[in-house]
Amino acid sequence: MPKLMGAVFRRTESALFAAIIVTGIILSLSSPYFLTVSNFVNLVEAYSVTTILAAGAFVVLVSGGIDISFTATASAAQYLAAYLAARHGLSPVPALAAAAALGIALGAINALLTHYLRVLSIIVTIATASINYALLIYFTNAEEIYNLPDWWSNRITFLKYVTASGDVVRITLPIVVMIAVVLLTQYLMSRTRIGRQVYALGGNPEAASRIGIEVLRVQLLAYGYLGFLAAVAGFIQAGRVHQAVPTAMAGQELNVLAVAILGGASLVGGVGSMGGVVLAVFFLAMLQNGLNLLGVSSYFFGVVIGLAILISISMTGYAEKHTRKRYVARAK
Amino acid sequence: MSRMARNLGKTGNRTTAQLDRLIATLRYGTTNVVGLLVLLAALAGLFSVLMPTTFPHATTLQAMMFQIPELGLLSLAMTVPLVSGGINLAIIATANLAGLLMAWILTAVMPPDASGATLALWLAGALAAGLMICIVVGLVTGLLVAAVGVHPILVTLGTMTLLHGLGIYFTRGRTLSGFPDALILISNKTVLGIPISFLVFAVVALFIHVLLTRTELGVRIHMIGSNLEATRYSGVDTHRVQVWVYIISSVLCWLAAIIMMARFNSAGADIARSYLLITILAAILGGVDPYGGFGRIVGLFIALWILQTIASGFNLMDISPHLALASWGLILLLVMAAKRIAASFHLAPKASRSWSHAEPGSTPNRSPEESS
Repeated sequence: MPKLMGAVFRRTESALFAAIIVTGIILSLSSPYFLTVSNFVNLVEAYSVTTILAAGAFVVLVSGGIDISFTATASAAQYLAAYLAARHGLSPVPALAAAAALGIALGAINALLTHYLRVLSIIVTIATASINYALLIYFTNAEEIYNLPDWWSNRITFLKYVTASGDVVRITLPIVVMIAVVLLTQYLMSRTRIGRQVYALGGNPEAASRIGIEVLRVQLLAYGYLGFLAAVAGFIQAGRVHQAVPTAMAGQELNVLAVAILGGASLVGGVGSMGGVVLAVFFLAMLQNGLNLLGVSSYFFGVVIGLAILISISMTGYAEKHTRKRYVARAK
Repeated sequence: MSRMARNLGKTGNRTTAQLDRLIATLRYGTTNVVGLLVLLAALAGLFSVLMPTTFPHATTLQAMMFQIPELGLLSLAMTVPLVSGGINLAIIATANLAGLLMAWILTAVMPPDASGATLALWLAGALAAGLMICIVVGLVTGLLVAAVGVHPILVTLGTMTLLHGLGIYFTRGRTLSGFPDALILISNKTVLGIPISFLVFAVVALFIHVLLTRTELGVRIHMIGSNLEATRYSGVDTHRVQVWVYIISSVLCWLAAIIMMARFNSAGADIARSYLLITILAAILGGVDPYGGFGRIVGLFIALWILQTIASGFNLMDISPHLALASWGLILLLVMAAKRIAASFHLAPKASRSWSHAEPGSTPNRSPEESS
């Protein structure tokens, strides 16, 4: 039995996949609405912002760092774009380019500080998150921007059709952007040289620098990419709620990190896959959706997520210990 | 023979000097108490010059003493796990859950007309219930950290979400308020001009200082923070130490919960959540090593005064509290930069340890630049 457990849970991805299948079967048996296309699509759209942020957080985690300033970055970039577009009537391209540039710049600052100060990135990003967020609230007085231009607040639908049961299914911009981000991140991390260097750096920084990897360059990429994706997530989030609120995403950073870690990214770096992160988001989305459909109070959701994290890390810890024991046994 | 002895003596002297330095580092860690005091004095001096009539005043000092305890106790709850090489992200959630339990007993269970001895009994019962739940939370967290063997950041991320979720579930996001006056006293009464809450904090801080530096458990907490594996191999029951670390941390959360209830006259699942990252900021500013193994309560104590001086000074100058928060972050970055520069001049050899978060107990390795 322990052997079987070890085999099943060695890969976080397969464990998550199994959990999704089991939960999916239970939910589709208990609610007829669960296994419908429109429910699925709504679910994907609702979790698009989380997925985009988790993809960026995942890259930094693989590089061996922890960034918790990305929600502050997302809010700042979102506000900048909204300010330029709504107050100064800038067209989409320059407004969004400014937001993306701000996101990348804030990410690059984190990379530079982490690299040159030689302290844990979590400490650096706690400091920069405080600074960025406090300055954002100070300069904006925490005021919302309601009058977003039409190109931003109108729903952009790429595909629309009506199912046999009469439900309208829309493939909207958040879904398309989310898929693009996931594919881009997957390509970056598994098919490009610098992506593999991110894994190498996270796996063993000393070895990585000795084989000639430019540590700073890789860190700039990881943190800059997260900053860029934070700006993208900020744009999508404002579009979904039709306003830019400086405080909207505050406090979400630990939830997003939890999702990335649940998906198999290690805090020590060097491990994890984009697919695992997507499965983790999907699993949590499914749990929340299922609880809603079953009429369980939405106030109960935090408890379920907390238990899911604790069970998941316990299984990973168990599998790791088991693997270590097998190595020791083989060595003897 | 005599030459040998002399040579031995010579090398012995050098070794002794090195050992002395090592022991000094072990004893004082990366904390530069003098540097922090200079920073505090400079800030206090600056604000005194800017506001000669309002800042250097007993009332300002007293106001600061009223503000420090809640963040102070929560920072202590964060510092003990940090010294052990862990972290406790669930401190706010633990404090809020304990606060909710105590508030529920005092507002919904206790008869509203209770007074005198009955009231005292109910109050003691409520506090005991809060303490119990914190001990249970600490015990479970510690057992999970010890048994599962994954980084405490993950375990406490899970317990944080779970405890906060429980708080939200039981209250439906509402807050409970209206506590007996006896409890409120903690937050507004003074003894010889010093707020009771500050006295509580000072005594607890002293207790934790003694615990960490003068007891067997304290030394073991430092040891597992430096090298968990080596400590295990030297015959220490590290699991037991880890369980104690999280019980101590949670009990400190209970004390913070009492102070917060008294100060805000309310309890809720979402209270003081912004404090979480600030407690880490305060601990690191106070010289606690984020890699574990080093850190002194004295440093944290001064760091809290530095943060509060900035907040109070800005408040008196009518500068937005948001700018105070921003300057807290800036101060942390500046202090780290100063340490980095000092380390490059070999003034503080400890600070140039492994720059990346390798597995606990990895040997101090050289930085990539130095080795290439």
